[in-house]
Amino acid sequence: MSTTQSGAKKRRVPPQSSSRRENRAGLAFVTPTFLVVLVVVILPILWTVLLAFQNAKLVDIQENGLFGRWTLDNFSQVFGSPGFWSSLGTTLLYTVGSTAGSVVLGLIAALALRRPFRGRGALRAAMLLPYVAPVVAVSFVWEVALSPQYGIVNEWGRKLFGWDDPIAFLSTRSYEVGLFGLHFDIPLALLTVIAFETWRYFPFAFLFMLARLQAVPGGLEEAAEVDGATLSQRFRHILLPQLLPVIALLSVLRFIMTFNKFDDIYLLTGGGSGTDVVAVRVYDFLTSRFDVGAASAQALVLAVVLMALLGIYFKFFGKKMQEESA
Amino acid sequence: MTRAQFEERLFGVLRWVVIAFLAAITIVPFYYMLMLSVKPIDALLLDPGNLWVSAKDFTLGTYESVLKSSEEGGQGFLGMLLNSALVAVATVLLTLAAAVPGAYAVSRLKFFGNRQVSAVFLAVYLFPATLLAVPLFVMFAKMGLSGSLVGLAIVYIAQTVPVSIYMLKNYFVTIPFSIEEAAAIDGASRLQTVRKIILPLALPTLMATGLYVFMIAWNEFLFALLFLAADPELWTVSLGLQQLANGIEVSKTVLMAGSVVLTIPVVLLFFSAERLLTEGLTSGADKG
Repeated sequence: MSTTQSGAKKRRVPPQSSSRRENRAGLAFVTPTFLVVLVVVILPILWTVLLAFQNAKLVDIQENGLFGRWTLDNFSQVFGSPGFWSSLGTTLLYTVGSTAGSVVLGLIAALALRRPFRGRGALRAAMLLPYVAPVVAVSFVWEVALSPQYGIVNEWGRKLFGWDDPIAFLSTRSYEVGLFGLHFDIPLALLTVIAFETWRYFPFAFLFMLARLQAVPGGLEEAAEVDGATLSQRFRHILLPQLLPVIALLSVLRFIMTFNKFDDIYLLTGGGSGTDVVAVRVYDFLTSRFDVGAASAQALVLAVVLMALLGIYFKFFGKKMQEESA
Repeated sequence: MTRAQFEERLFGVLRWVVIAFLAAITIVPFYYMLMLSVKPIDALLLDPGNLWVSAKDFTLGTYESVLKSSEEGGQGFLGMLLNSALVAVATVLLTLAAAVPGAYAVSRLKFFGNRQVSAVFLAVYLFPATLLAVPLFVMFAKMGLSGSLVGLAIVYIAQTVPVSIYMLKNYFVTIPFSIEEAAAIDGASRLQTVRKIILPLALPTLMATGLYVFMIAWNEFLFALLFLAADPELWTVSLGLQQLANGIEVSKTVLMAGSVVLTIPVVLLFFSAERLLTEGLTSGADKG
């Protein structure tokens, strides 16, 4: 850190060079962090881009240079492979469902726990459990609880609701339900993983919304109450506008995280029964076929789709978000 | 009854329904996990709907068999706990070392490229772990590092640095400038100021960030699966549990004991610093 030392020596200098000194100190401080991010994040991403355009299998990656052997085969393979487009659709459905679910449940939870009551602190702490606990442990608990053979859900379903047959929640692609004489199929396994994801991440949304709710000035609501506004009106016209920026931010964050999610679905269903999201396909390409090129291409397509979706979002809502994060 | 009164009552009742529902969905699964872990497998198969464990069924044998090393006929979770702890602690140290200077620079100093650097740190969020997994997998295979706990900790930095910078930065900006100016007048260099003044002041946040990083590393599964699956000696608890659950020879109740063993350290750690953690995470959320 020679820059900071020399900076300290000549302290009596005009303000012009004090800002230059700060500039140098800033760069000096940010460099180590930047180098680390460069090595573990940026370079790997760039390499993925290269690999996606190369004919690379894990066995011959040794001889493959960084450059050369360019090809578009991986992409034609990815786009042409059966199940690609449907898996993209599944990913989208899963992401939208889980994002909406966790944000809405988090909002409801924050509203319910807003005012103090006996045991609120304990419940608040307990509610963070799904978010804190390791995904392997909680997905295993769900798996056992939903099991058709020894799961508690099916056992109670039979006792309380008179289910005839146990329901295989995690391995049923489509389940026929009758409602008002109509019969239709629901994608049961997909809905189950959406429920799991909603359950696991609503505490995250809850935390942020509770923090925001606590910062709403009390006078606003009191004034509205004096004016005769009902509870729902106060929510609609006072709380919701205050919460909207946080809701928007949470939706974007959860959308990004869920879109790329691998472990939850892999652990629950292994990507079967209509839950074949793209992230799990990338893993399959990588580990069962050792097809590094195709895996990279697939991961790249996933990232590009995500960025396109975000681009559309920010085009319409970007201004608001920027004001928020500023 | 006016509309206001009606709503007051309706939502008054609904509120308690929601509270009961939330308590049920968050507590019952963990109670279920704990309960099954002290049951013999026969008791579970005989009566799957039972949410209670009778005194005559109660056993700690599940824990014994999950913790014992494989030479003694157990599943060796004690060794895995050690591996997990090692990776997680190494990740915390590496992450903090990498994130502190950057977070300080971004929050404090006006320098050329400040905004761009912040943007890069944020953009890291956008890339899926699976996208990083491909090149890192290849890189590790090439370097022969694919079975190494330290290697895994290095990879985890990619997952933890963005969050750490965000949490640290949020705190650094709240430390008044005047303190640093006073130190500068006393002749302290920038580096001394950071070490002797900023870091001690930020200690609670450093701890919160460290705990959060520990949780991420402890709970991580994808990279452990990619890099360590071939070498049972190096399995972390998460990986070990998943690998054993995939087989059929280990009974579900023993695996439940494994789940409890995996969950308890991270939950204890979290609750010991809950306030600190939630504040560190959500600070900035209350900006209007």
